[in-house]
Amino acid sequence: MRTRFQQQMEELREKLLRMGGLAELAVDRACQAYTERDLTRCQLVLENESLINAAEREIDELAFDILATQQPAAVDLRFILAVTKINADLERVGDQAVNIAERVMDMIELPAVELPVDIPRMATAVSAMVRRALESFVEGKAELAQAVLEMDHVVDRMRDEAFIVLVRRMNEEPQVTQQALDALLVARNLERVADHSTNIAEDVIFWVLGADVRHHAQSVSVAPAPRSESAH
Amino acid sequence: MGVGITVERLNAFYGKTQALFDINISVLANHATALIGPSGCGKSTFIRCLNRMHETIPEARVEGTVRIGDFSVYNGTSATQLRRRVGMVFQKANPFPTMSIYDNVAAGLKLNGFRKRKELNEIVERSLRSSALFDEVKDFLHKKSGASLSGGQQQRLCIARALAVQPEVLLMDEPCSALDPISTGKIEELIFQLKEQYTIVIVTHNMQQAARVAEFTGFFLLGKMIEFDKTEKVFTNPSDKRTEDYVTGRFG
Repeated sequence: MRTRFQQQMEELREKLLRMGGLAELAVDRACQAYTERDLTRCQLVLENESLINAAEREIDELAFDILATQQPAAVDLRFILAVTKINADLERVGDQAVNIAERVMDMIELPAVELPVDIPRMATAVSAMVRRALESFVEGKAELAQAVLEMDHVVDRMRDEAFIVLVRRMNEEPQVTQQALDALLVARNLERVADHSTNIAEDVIFWVLGADVRHHAQSVSVAPAPRSESAH
Repeated sequence: MGVGITVERLNAFYGKTQALFDINISVLANHATALIGPSGCGKSTFIRCLNRMHETIPEARVEGTVRIGDFSVYNGTSATQLRRRVGMVFQKANPFPTMSIYDNVAAGLKLNGFRKRKELNEIVERSLRSSALFDEVKDFLHKKSGASLSGGQQQRLCIARALAVQPEVLLMDEPCSALDPISTGKIEELIFQLKEQYTIVIVTHNMQQAARVAEFTGFFLLGKMIEFDKTEKVFTNPSDKRTEDYVTGRFG
């Protein structure tokens, strides 16, 4: 048993989980800021970004060290590759949260208007995707990750619907164009967060099963597969 | 050109102790195949069954079928005939210490009665070039003994000696385990080039070496072939939990 190596792998896992927590918190705060037109939460999201960026660098450095010094193979190699990719996705989730927060800060300057779009519902769905993608990583379960992939279609549809109704509203009532455009951009940011969650779920499937399911490259059974006899 | 190797239901014994259990494997011609596994797993015994070296040990015996190309290893052919087709390189370089570099390479051919000086010169040079040693020793081929070379050079000399008899298969039993990283790199580069002409089977304890040089890898454990697959599969997503535990360092 390579004790030092296992310690480093555990450290990498813990760092990524902390990073995941920061990214999840950023999305939740940005969504609450949108719903409640809350400037304080927007500022918290902006302040949080430097922590996410620092965490991203730390994770990359540790993964790089392990690759250079331990020559991991098989499931360990897949784990490290998955971690580096999830790391990049989480950093972009943080960026999207910042985009939403900045958008909300602009919106707060304008009069509030009723818009025919349920951004909070979309935010709830997207937050759930982030959370479940991270849960699939924590549990190392491909079936949880698969469920995240299936949720992406729902969010895509919400974004498309938001686009249609908000453009219509802009045409009908040009004086609310700015607010409608802000909402449209928030919907797009949320959809991007959903895409990153999907990427994370795909990386978890790669780690756990060794299967590349990106771009529908491969259809896999995510039920735990019976494996050949173990030596111990 | 190299030829394929087919092994069917191979069992090997040291007296009453069984060392290999029912091994079946097809080694592709002109490819490098690596055998990995913890000490005592049977991988060296296996490779020694391919050129009948196993039976040189008292009370050792083999059951099953081994075919090298269309040549049946255990069916009426002599070990000498076989070893002209199957060269072997060992863990520790073993040049003939009293012979010159030239004579080390020419030894196998001379032993077989080959005496044509001009052709012998050509074969020695070609073999030394094939083992990437010629440029380093060309100025003192007859003056220096094989034992005067560095460890890495001695191992390449042994490879040249094996290649001189123009085998179809080259067996390598941990050929780099006593070498520094630079010499190891040269041997690995050589393996990569040699497989265009020869079929190579290499036993190694160094898993990264297997991953670097071989297209196929077999994992042995307790005398059994646990998994045999493309190297990238074995090192990225092995099918058997025991293989995964070994390549990830969880045991062995």
